[in-house]
Amino acid sequence: MAGIISYGAYIPLWRLSRDAIAKAWESASTGGERSVANNDEDTITMASEAAIDCLAGLKREKVDGLYFASTTSPYKEKECSTLVAMAADLGPEIITADFGNSLRAATAAFRAALDAVVSGSASQVLVTASDCRIGYPRSNYEQTFGDAAAALLIGNTAKPAVIVEGSHSLSNELYDVWRLDKDTYVQSWEDRFIIEHGYTENMEKAISGLLRKKALSVQDITKAVLYAPTSRAQQGLARRLGFDVKTQLQDLLISNVGITGCAHALLMLVAALEEAKAGDKILVASYGSGCDAFLLNVTEEIERVKGNRRGVKGYLNSKRPLSSYARYLSYRGLLEPQPGEPFRLFPAATTSWRERNWAIRMHGSKCKNCGTVTFPIERVCYNCRSKDNFEEVRLSDRKAKVFTFTLDNLAGRSDDPTIPQIGIEFDYQNTRTYLPMTDCDPGEVKVDMPVEMTFRKLYEGAGMYNYFWKCRPIR
Amino acid sequence: MESIKDKVAIIGMGCTKFGERWDAGLDDLVIEAAYEAYEDAGIDPKDIQACWYGTVTQPVVGIGCTHLAGSLKLHGIPMSRVENWCTTGHEALRNACFGVACGMYDLVLALGVEKLKDTGFPGLGTGRGMSTVLEARRTAPGSFGMIATRYFYTYGLSPEEGKRIIGKIAVKNHYNGSLCPKAHFHNRVTLEQVTSAPIIAWPLGLFDCCGNSDGSAAALLVPASQARKYRNDPIYIKGLGAAHSALLPQNRPAFDWLHFEEVINSSRQAYEQAGVKNPREQIDIAEVHDCFTSTELLLYELLGFSPEGKSKEDIDSGFFELGGGLPVNSDGGLKCFGHPVGASGLRMTYEVYKQLQGKAQSPERQLKDAKLGISQTFGGPPQVAAVAVLGKELGYP
Repeated sequence: MAGIISYGAYIPLWRLSRDAIAKAWESASTGGERSVANNDEDTITMASEAAIDCLAGLKREKVDGLYFASTTSPYKEKECSTLVAMAADLGPEIITADFGNSLRAATAAFRAALDAVVSGSASQVLVTASDCRIGYPRSNYEQTFGDAAAALLIGNTAKPAVIVEGSHSLSNELYDVWRLDKDTYVQSWEDRFIIEHGYTENMEKAISGLLRKKALSVQDITKAVLYAPTSRAQQGLARRLGFDVKTQLQDLLISNVGITGCAHALLMLVAALEEAKAGDKILVASYGSGCDAFLLNVTEEIERVKGNRRGVKGYLNSKRPLSSYARYLSYRGLLEPQPGEPFRLFPAATTSWRERNWAIRMHGSKCKNCGTVTFPIERVCYNCRSKDNFEEVRLSDRKAKVFTFTLDNLAGRSDDPTIPQIGIEFDYQNTRTYLPMTDCDPGEVKVDMPVEMTFRKLYEGAGMYNYFWKCRPIR
Repeated sequence: MESIKDKVAIIGMGCTKFGERWDAGLDDLVIEAAYEAYEDAGIDPKDIQACWYGTVTQPVVGIGCTHLAGSLKLHGIPMSRVENWCTTGHEALRNACFGVACGMYDLVLALGVEKLKDTGFPGLGTGRGMSTVLEARRTAPGSFGMIATRYFYTYGLSPEEGKRIIGKIAVKNHYNGSLCPKAHFHNRVTLEQVTSAPIIAWPLGLFDCCGNSDGSAAALLVPASQARKYRNDPIYIKGLGAAHSALLPQNRPAFDWLHFEEVINSSRQAYEQAGVKNPREQIDIAEVHDCFTSTELLLYELLGFSPEGKSKEDIDSGFFELGGGLPVNSDGGLKCFGHPVGASGLRMTYEVYKQLQGKAQSPERQLKDAKLGISQTFGGPPQVAAVAVLGKELGYP
């Protein structure tokens, strides 16, 4: 049976109070807070985090596909799913694809993954969705948008955690929200038009169509996971369809995360699954130039996944306030930070390619002769000098602690001038390496402090982005 | 292995004024150091038979000895550029010594130079290593600050106590530098000023970091047997040590950040050649690599001056001050004299040379009866170290 085997999510640590945005613009606050990706995060790194969360405890060699969905991919030309797959340490013989442009990109990827496992072209496909959209300064969108990623592992197996029982889709050509190829900010048409003739009309049609197809009524649905641009639009739709808003409607995550673009329907679904039990029927619907609606049936296998993931719940609770609106502008690249001391070493396509197994997969080398583990990969063993006699070991999911550190005021940029540079010790074979620490208050860094690995964007150089691992306090 | 002891002598040295030499380019610095050395030795540059040239950051990589040959107009003789992080000046000296010791040459020039103040930023730059990702944001103070943190942790020093101890090294070196006309800085500082200065790379503050300076230093070397033809007070090479570790410290499995084998091995090689059995007692003057005050703290122990973890006691008793049992960095060190990377090993050697000859520029800092001294550098991530032992008498110790 085709369905969901596992789920994962990622919400950046930093939350910006909407009051802070409103205060900066002397405008009205919509209340609550929104998530903000750090200046070393983008949709690739967030998708990688969600993918790794989704794969916790699972055999990665069984996964033979990865899809990446986003409307804010860092590259217009260059596949991102390949990079996410490598950061998640999946094998090379897999199918990969990027889904973009539409707020339905993630549900399109979800459907494609289901089709792939049903047709037999893959057995397990990891669907990742990640978005980091930017609203015009002082616009409502600036307050309502958030940054996050979600991941679902789709497989065709005897016992999925969630069975996909049916779906219904609708295509609708309409300018409601859009960005031209050169736009930074999301454009939109008048609100009343796009909610009435865009969102509400299409969602209602698709959901009613699905219920009719499956001969179900709204009362049969345990939870309705309804993507929406605002709470008001979501509740209006739910009422029109006849759902009990208090008991059947999945929280929109607007007060604490914000609307996270194409990732949002999957993010809400992960939150719903965290609370689901066997027998629950879940309706998921996403919207964007049409609508994708799915009917899901939760099985007892959900208990194997629940509690073993950080998921939405874990990442929601792990948060810190972003100190100012100015910092948000800088993190999104809307203000240009002074770069700090110039970089002396620029990325090259050749070196990135040669170093991919340690730099992206975070593999170390374990000597087959004496067992010494080093990171990065060393061809000649540091201890016994055995040549080319090692196996690669993954260190990205290892815990570590601070062995020594410095708080470097020369290495940063003007919006984050202090870089904690950490000599880390993995909980494995005395393996050491050197990583910057991110998502922290430099003042809290101490020797012996536990840390975990996180995949991040380092800097732009040679016309490309450059990714590597950092450490962070355990979230 | 043979020892280098008493095979080679230094018959002349030169050292520029160190500092922010906005007025001087690489060529000007080379000329200033070399011509002082010619004059000190009383030689004609046409008699120089070979040169070793140490520089790290020249305008572009792969420029060889073009600046050296071009500025000094040395015609038709072999010249080699050497580079080995902060030990570069020592590498020029070491290789020049071997050229003489093997009998190939009778008069050679070793010259180190660095022009740092044409970059537009105060440090050495960010991204110190080989990898575009692993060390993309590594800086020099960041690297050495990690040693300080681990030292404080290992020996149970609170950050305040640790900063007080290394701060005393800054106070000492600033005092010594204030007596030295060629030093970059001449300001004396109080412990309070040092410990309350802005942080560069925690726990290192502004006064824990060495000067980012322009400068050059040079030595003229001859076989020991010919030295007295040039002068009555040549200084003899007693030992030359150098060692490299196999990995960056941050990647060495199980490394404790305190026992840098490159420092330990290079000093033990040099001591053995020279016949130094008890460095604390036998060495009269030491110029060591105080790129950061915390580096000098650890070097006291790794070079065998203080027992492990006990530098603090010697610092508090003034053992390493000008009037102490073993004066260290009597010219202000890298801290105050400055650190034009490729020149430093030779600048330190210049100070030892002058002190052993009794020719330190100001009487207040002239050491009495100094017979044996060392110059020592430690650099890279750090990963490499070098030591030269120098003496004024043949056969001693």
